[in-house]
Amino acid sequence: MASVEGMEKPVAAQGKSRGRVLVSSVSSDSHTWNLVYLQLLIEELGFDVVALGACVPDALLVDACLHHDPDAVVLSTVNGHGALDGARVARVVRAIPALAALPMVIGGQLGVAGTADSALGTELLDAGFTAVYPAGSDPMRLAGFLSVLSEELPQKMLPEKVLA
Amino acid sequence: MSHELGAFVRRSAALVVQPRMGFATAGAMRAGLAAVRGAGLPAVGTITLDSYTRVGDHAAARRALDGGRPLNGFPIVAHGPAVTDAVLDGLAGPDFPVQVRHGSAVPGDIVRAMERSGLVNTEGGPVSYCLPYGRTPLAESVANWRRAADLLAARDEVCHVETFGGCLLGQLCPPALLVAVSVLEAVFFRQRGLRSLSLSYAQQTNAAQDLEALAALRSLATRLLPGVRWHIVLYTYMGVFPRSESGALRLIADSARLAVRGGAARIIVKTSAEAHRIPTVEENLRSLRLVHDTAAATGPGTGPVPDTGLAAEATALVEAVLSLDPDVGEALILAFRLGLLDVPYCLHADNAGRTRSVLDSRGRLRWASVGRLPLPRLASGARRVGAADLLRMLSAVERRYDHHHQPAPLTGAPTLVEGTQ
Repeated sequence: MASVEGMEKPVAAQGKSRGRVLVSSVSSDSHTWNLVYLQLLIEELGFDVVALGACVPDALLVDACLHHDPDAVVLSTVNGHGALDGARVARVVRAIPALAALPMVIGGQLGVAGTADSALGTELLDAGFTAVYPAGSDPMRLAGFLSVLSEELPQKMLPEKVLA
Repeated sequence: MSHELGAFVRRSAALVVQPRMGFATAGAMRAGLAAVRGAGLPAVGTITLDSYTRVGDHAAARRALDGGRPLNGFPIVAHGPAVTDAVLDGLAGPDFPVQVRHGSAVPGDIVRAMERSGLVNTEGGPVSYCLPYGRTPLAESVANWRRAADLLAARDEVCHVETFGGCLLGQLCPPALLVAVSVLEAVFFRQRGLRSLSLSYAQQTNAAQDLEALAALRSLATRLLPGVRWHIVLYTYMGVFPRSESGALRLIADSARLAVRGGAARIIVKTSAEAHRIPTVEENLRSLRLVHDTAAATGPGTGPVPDTGLAAEATALVEAVLSLDPDVGEALILAFRLGLLDVPYCLHADNAGRTRSVLDSRGRLRWASVGRLPLPRLASGARRVGAADLLRMLSAVERRYDHHHQPAPLTGAPTLVEGTQ
């Protein structure tokens, strides 16, 4: 059984990792329960997680993508600035050739108007996200998305990326 | 005459009520304050700042204003003094104090903007406005809050500061640690020369445990804040909120009862829209009236609260920290470095991250791992907490109030992200 510190421990330490996922907030969002939950969930799905925490500046996210070379990026935000900050950072990431095809999703409370914010999804997809999960989305949709990625890994990715 | 919040609270026989409220534009902000002032309640007005201002990105706040994009609060620095003065004109006064709430670990610009517009009430703390809110190193936050507190203490008017230490991440923090951080931040502010303070505590998961925590907070504050005028302020539950209107209103009413029974002089309320979006002014007013009416119908607490050791834990934490250094700011930095203070599930780089907490079968918050806190080791050993456990604990209050008198269901699709603050 894992220790309580298992939360920070890469799953790969206990067995074969399905890949590496970078979990992050956006620049102005301080909320972290969503990030703590997603880290646990994604680790339990068998991935290693690189957790960047709250209020992540655009440049730090880009540096982390280049440094850690993740198989996917999961952005989570609940403060209502997700559409603004998410679209901006997606454009910054996509402008870098090495990151142009990196699977990158965003989820959470993306605007300040609740269900009236559904149109923001299109804006975020246009800005470069691979998938958008508005508030109320089932986390198993994210699990499905990551599973598809990891199944594609052997064909698509270099071996050193699979073995963390 | 002073607009200071503490004096207003002392004059009020009834529980003082206060919303969480912040709007991007001057017109909406002024209308919100005017509505709270005109509600006929013993109320304090709130200007909650937006997230860009909190992190010091005033240019981004300015761009959002210019582009007509929504913000989640009032960008006081980007607006400048003329706009802020127009918002407050004829509203803020001795009978309607206005408080600035922001969550910034870099509060210098905000405190200076407050001074330019004559605002004297705010909230914060070197720990509680840092660890839950982002990436500023704790030592920088302590330095920033020292300077901010000094600016407030040096003003001609009396300034009032409320600790946010009784909330931290909003949920799943054992109450002894909330009490300890709230007290330590108050002692920090006292050391910087501030003499009007309030100590926060956020409603958690079990009313008896909350009453015990409020008693411990009162006892420690009485002992450690000589020469300070202080009161206790209760926050309505700050975690994942019930989705149903009836459940949300029951939780809010319970917080009003807890405030009265626990001896709080002021309460900061949530609304029935909490789970879904930023509330409207009308939703805030309904909530303020509900809390006022419920409090008026509630008698004070009867007799002493059963002692489960919460006060002893809080005292042990406070005394361990204060013994580290005569300067409370330095003591706080050392305490986190040594793991003598360690907030469960807090991702901040300066938090040791060795503690974990759980909800027990009676809905009380317990330690699952005490890490290096100066508390007795757990007889049962440390427990692992998985994603499903975490989600179940985070939403336990929501489920209890949304499904009144029903056992907590384990089925159904949880949402992708949870957490409100």
